Amino acid sequence: MRTIREINEKIKKGQVVVVTAEEIIELVEKKGVKKAAQEVDVVTTGTFGPMCSSGAYFNIGHSRPRIKLGGGSCKLNDVPVYCGFAAVDVYLGVSAIPDDDPRNKVFPGEFKYGGGHVIQELIAGKDIRLEAAAYGTDCYPRKKLETYINIKDLNEAVLFNIRNAYQNYNVAVNLSDKIIYTYMGVLKPKLGNANYCSAGQLSPLLKDPYYKTIGVGTRIFLGGGIGYVAWHGTQHNPGVKRRPNGVPSAPAGTLAVIGDLKQMKPEWLVGTSMLGYGVTLTVGIGVPIPILNEEIAQYAAAKDKDIYTQVVDYGNDYPNMVARSLGEVNYAQLKSGKIVLEGKEIPTGNLSSYSKARQIAEELKSWIKKGDFVLSEPYAPLPQAESGYAFRPLKERPLAL
Amino acid sequence: MITKRIVLHFPHRMVDQPIIYKLVKDFDLRFNILKAYVTPQEEGLMVLELSGEDSNFNKSMEYLKSCGVKTQPLSEDIIRNEIKCTDCGVCVPICPVGALEVDPITRKVNFYDNKCIACELCVKVCPTKAMEVHF
Repeated sequence: MRTIREINEKIKKGQVVVVTAEEIIELVEKKGVKKAAQEVDVVTTGTFGPMCSSGAYFNIGHSRPRIKLGGGSCKLNDVPVYCGFAAVDVYLGVSAIPDDDPRNKVFPGEFKYGGGHVIQELIAGKDIRLEAAAYGTDCYPRKKLETYINIKDLNEAVLFNIRNAYQNYNVAVNLSDKIIYTYMGVLKPKLGNANYCSAGQLSPLLKDPYYKTIGVGTRIFLGGGIGYVAWHGTQHNPGVKRRPNGVPSAPAGTLAVIGDLKQMKPEWLVGTSMLGYGVTLTVGIGVPIPILNEEIAQYAAAKDKDIYTQVVDYGNDYPNMVARSLGEVNYAQLKSGKIVLEGKEIPTGNLSSYSKARQIAEELKSWIKKGDFVLSEPYAPLPQAESGYAFRPLKERPLAL
Repeated sequence: MITKRIVLHFPHRMVDQPIIYKLVKDFDLRFNILKAYVTPQEEGLMVLELSGEDSNFNKSMEYLKSCGVKTQPLSEDIIRNEIKCTDCGVCVPICPVGALEVDPITRKVNFYDNKCIACELCVKVCPTKAMEVHF
């Protein structure tokens, strides 16, 4: 029907037709998929949720005299960064916390500050305290460095997230009789609440369930700037069971993404604290889906009531790797504010902001319409549903004494 | 019999007076001090949970006012920082009184501070620390 190149020509001429992943649903309902696919060139998606496998690398520039952080240690606002590179490259993970954070010693720990917060402050333009220690060499004699750094002075500041934008996610409940504090939020005992974490019908990989357009090299909205899909994300698991509409009904595909942190905005990368669990970063991602044919339009028009996921017990099953679903619910049910499980009405809460996801899809739409954002051809596909690529548990082999 | 949580602001000239004693003695109220900052020569602040007969409670409020103590219901003191809130909604099922609700159209989280009982559960749970306690 159309190619990405043709879409980009329309973007340059200001003639492109872009709708959000919500608007395509209405359009397909009203006009049918054939007409909708003819009319629409691009569908924009969005998601804004906590994504713990995120982080950023920096090149801080060489001090005088020189210091080699590689093999030494370095902290940004007391949060330790990874130094196993060359002299002045470091990587900050969003879940890192200061050595003196009390963690869960007084339970549940508050986890007020960590890597995610450092990234948000850095892009807000705040000065960040760097303290480093090194062993010293002939070519890098310095052993100690204490300085403020600012994002504008860094040579590179690159967001590089190894697993983001999960294609679907569990609904977390607690069957036990005590309150638990998880990465899915606080779960009250005996099915007191059900927490989920997905933008549902706006979420990127749910709208291209077989990764027919999203691949390595896809240009995306990332943290308020422009980024790219770098690879499939860790734990990518495309082979899970799918509904007849192609949508996986359990956590499936993931994306590794990369982009220039200097363009990003603190409202789209937000330092986040999970009570009793730890710190993370809430990441805003939007992916454009080129409507190359009717089939892709049909996938992009999947709606909340057709997207199902599994309810999982985090009281006992999840921590003990017991693979069990307590039931299947769809996102329309989750968004209604309550689901029914084992005859009990359970209030629901979302960790992923739907209103922000909508804002991201709108923002990306406006970029494309204005001609500020053209689509990229993916260079390689993500591992596909039938590829046999799977997410496996650890095979533990006890160490010999 | 009612139970209310109130915030008292004492002018510094009153810090040395036995106000709480009067609430017990003259108005037969039971009190539980939730928070207090009372230092000489400075404005004092106290958060109290008061229980007692309706009429006594109302009279005690008049008494406090006549002494120059400013009072306000505690619920006014949980404030949402609109810049920090991302409207995720993880607080919604945690709130015991339905003071936090997702708007079905905008999908934003509405905070009804008139329903809030200042239990502070949302304050601890909020991932971006958008729910703030102000005294």
